[in-house]
Amino acid sequence: MEHLITYLILGALLFCIGIFGLLQHSSLIGMLVATELILNGAALNFMAFNMFLSKDAVIGQVFTLFIMGLAAAETAIALSIIITVYRRFRTIKPDTVSELKG
Amino acid sequence: MTTISDFIPPIIVAQGAFWLMVALTLAGAFIAVTLPKILHNILGLALSMFGVTGIYLFLGSQFVAMMQLLIYVGAICITYIFAIMLSPPQELDQPKKRKTKVIAALIVSVVAFIGMIQMIISVNWGPGTTLTRDWSIKTLGQQLLTRYFLVFELISLLLAIAIIGAIMIAGIGQKRD
Repeated sequence: MEHLITYLILGALLFCIGIFGLLQHSSLIGMLVATELILNGAALNFMAFNMFLSKDAVIGQVFTLFIMGLAAAETAIALSIIITVYRRFRTIKPDTVSELKG
Repeated sequence: MTTISDFIPPIIVAQGAFWLMVALTLAGAFIAVTLPKILHNILGLALSMFGVTGIYLFLGSQFVAMMQLLIYVGAICITYIFAIMLSPPQELDQPKKRKTKVIAALIVSVVAFIGMIQMIISVNWGPGTTLTRDWSIKTLGQQLLTRYFLVFELISLLLAIAIIGAIMIAGIGQKRD
């Protein structure tokens, strides 16, 4: 509880679970969910370093807040793209969406 | 009035709460990536984000913890659920997962995890700083509006553009239908 390494290992676990989900999931929304896990692993590392090693107590919190803002923007865009892809291809499997049109 | 700290020492309670939060985070993460139904995945993500909220409290930042709860559990997960329930991908066919894909993903993530753990353990992190910490929301707000002002404004611009873009993309798709 008072060691930096505990938090770092937890962040690494979240990151790797996210990578696993991103690679193996067979729908776009599932991959998006895994992306959120990856972002949270990174944010957890920022907060841990901020607590234990930083000289300025605010930097890590500011970065974590920015990561949250970016995650919200990414969610909005990606969900709208997924809905559009579904309307056009009638599927959200990433393997079948392989057609580009100019 | 009897409290729980009369029976168990407070440090044990704190440690129990910490490990409970860790367990919630990891269990939610596993639910989020392994279960086949997408709705279950999203609920697992919400559970995991709730656990991370508790860990942020242990890391001493109430404000970021509350933001995590509001943005992730309250906004992002609910947006996912609404996008699934209100839009066409409601009756999703469950595609079969190929075994080779799962195994390859497992190998990649385990190798990445082992590499990270080796790096974490091999580095001597040194003694932690003992500073007079000012965790107050006031300091955070002052820093956001002075030192990090440009990034703050860029994030708000990005959010506005993202919202407009999301409406545009979804709207254009509807017109073609």
